[in-house]
Amino acid sequence: MSDNQSLKTTGAPSLEELRAASMLTTLADLEEKACLCIECVEEIPCNPCETSCPQNALTVGSPITNLPVIDREKCILCGLCIPACPGLAITIKSVDGDMARIRFPWEYLPLPVKGQKVEMVDRQGQVVCPGVVIAAINPARNNRTAVVTAEFSKEFVENVISIRRNHEIL
Amino acid sequence: MKDGSIQESSRIGHHAILGDLETTEEVTIFFEGKALKARVGEPIMSALIAAGVTVFRYTKKGSPRRMFCGIGRCTDCVMMVDGVPGVRTCVTDVRDGMTVERQKGVGSWKIEAEAGDGN
Amino acid sequence: METERKPAIVVGAGPAGLCAAIELKKAGAPVILMDENSKPGGQLFKQIHKFFGSREHKAGTRGFEIGKELLTESLNLGIDVRLKTEVVGIESGLKVWAVENRNRSYTIEASKLILATGATENALSFPGWTLPGVMTAGCAQTLINVHRVLPGKRVLMIGSGNVGVIVAYQLMQAGAEVVAVVEALPKLGGYGVHTAKVARAGVPFRCATTILRAEGKESVERAIIAKIDSRFQPIPGTEETLEVDTICLAVGLTPSIELACIAGCKEIYIPELGGNMPGHDRYMRSSDESIYVVGDIAGVEEASTAMEEGRLAGIHAAYAMGYLDEATMKARTEETVQRLSSLRQGVFGQKRFAAKQRILEKGAAQ
Repeated sequence: MSDNQSLKTTGAPSLEELRAASMLTTLADLEEKACLCIECVEEIPCNPCETSCPQNALTVGSPITNLPVIDREKCILCGLCIPACPGLAITIKSVDGDMARIRFPWEYLPLPVKGQKVEMVDRQGQVVCPGVVIAAINPARNNRTAVVTAEFSKEFVENVISIRRNHEIL
Repeated sequence: MKDGSIQESSRIGHHAILGDLETTEEVTIFFEGKALKARVGEPIMSALIAAGVTVFRYTKKGSPRRMFCGIGRCTDCVMMVDGVPGVRTCVTDVRDGMTVERQKGVGSWKIEAEAGDGN
Repeated sequence: METERKPAIVVGAGPAGLCAAIELKKAGAPVILMDENSKPGGQLFKQIHKFFGSREHKAGTRGFEIGKELLTESLNLGIDVRLKTEVVGIESGLKVWAVENRNRSYTIEASKLILATGATENALSFPGWTLPGVMTAGCAQTLINVHRVLPGKRVLMIGSGNVGVIVAYQLMQAGAEVVAVVEALPKLGGYGVHTAKVARAGVPFRCATTILRAEGKESVERAIIAKIDSRFQPIPGTEETLEVDTICLAVGLTPSIELACIAGCKEIYIPELGGNMPGHDRYMRSSDESIYVVGDIAGVEEASTAMEEGRLAGIHAAYAMGYLDEATMKARTEETVQRLSSLRQGVFGQKRFAAKQRILEKGAAQ
């Protein structure tokens, strides 16, 4: 288990720290099948992901400080856990041909719109590549955590975690 | 404006979590003689910030002050309200027609003492 | 046991106080809930993020929604809630002095007192700290989430504990830009998931860094930060100027213990939980059996632990006043203690658990 040096000095986990917590999804993994990605590497008492999953594919168990374990056979990638996670640590990534997609939580205004050109960012908020919004939904059951889908070139899929936030807000 | 005068509003009209700001009844308060709109139920502090006021008072030595804790525990935000100095603007709600002025140091009372009011 | 006719008085209508009052009222005990503010809820209504924990802790629910649920419950129960009421004195025999609306004072005798007065944010002084634009993180949070105004557009956050990183995120949600989060220690203090949200928004975290001074004519125009060594001394040559108009201080909370001191409750010094605080037993009773202390006044933790502590005190006070039988009190205390313990687990929680254990071991009456 890593000491989470990157997490505790830069604010975000490094790829190594994710790998050490069994939470790194590689391009190779995604070329095989789409994956749920949970970047939860610290033990805090928290289990809404487990309770949100209709397929019982997420296990936290007892004590509730356990990191969630994904049963990839059961996971149908419905994405209900994405807005359920209070830490906004869950995304779904997929690869199709040369392109990758990420479904991620979003709690800022403006809500991106389908077709919008965006900039994909890494865990430090640095822009890595351009992207396009495929969908952006914010149903009532999400309790105000919107879920956005963006598409970008697949070679960046391990580093991409979100889109760049627009500072100029209404 | 850096001299503490009025600039454009900093109300948060739309918010991803809190939603759109509901319209409420408004009242008029007078800051240094200038009429400002304020929302019913809000403290003086936020009405002034919404109006872009950066300086609430000056100390005896002339240091500008505005607010610090925002919840009534530090007294940094005190101003003269309706002639009474030292009023904590972060926990005092606006009232229609209220006058709010910067005080210098501890300020002074503008209310005339009533005859026979010696206690 | 004879049932007490004199009311239990709960001072502070934040999460701890609300939960205590609700337990008392549900048991049928007379209770009055007082709060100096014009609105109840304490800091709970400012928390717009989703809480952690489990379903029984209302995990996934936003803080202000939990606040609304508690308020609705207290209104439905018909709890006597007295707002704009400051408790300014406590005499033996539990005579409580209250000032209502800053112009009418009265005394009222209580059978039990539950102090839920919370905590106050710490200050950090540096040249320029009195300039308009320097404020506590909680002040900024109050402005953006309660009053819906932005105090500034470009913010420097000092302190990377949960308060600092949560408020940094909320400032961005409100439309401000957070230019940096500065932390004096070599490692960040807040939960990794909170810091990760802020990091992916492009906000740099600067560990082993402090603010040297704030500059500006009539308000903050810039901040000068510098790296510090292992003795917290600024390292010459590492100064950096940041163009900001707001500097938020998130440098810890200290329990607001004035009333506990006035009432003579014995204190214990627990630095991890904020400093000096009244000690308590497992039922949250202070060194005075009739006075309970709950929430941040008894040690700075979280809203979820404050609610459970409030419940503990409410349950026990109701029993001590004769409105709850011993078996029910013991059973409900046990299940509440279990829920509390589960919140004090994990890499962050275990330190709080150990600190609370020290309080319980030392005993309230030292």
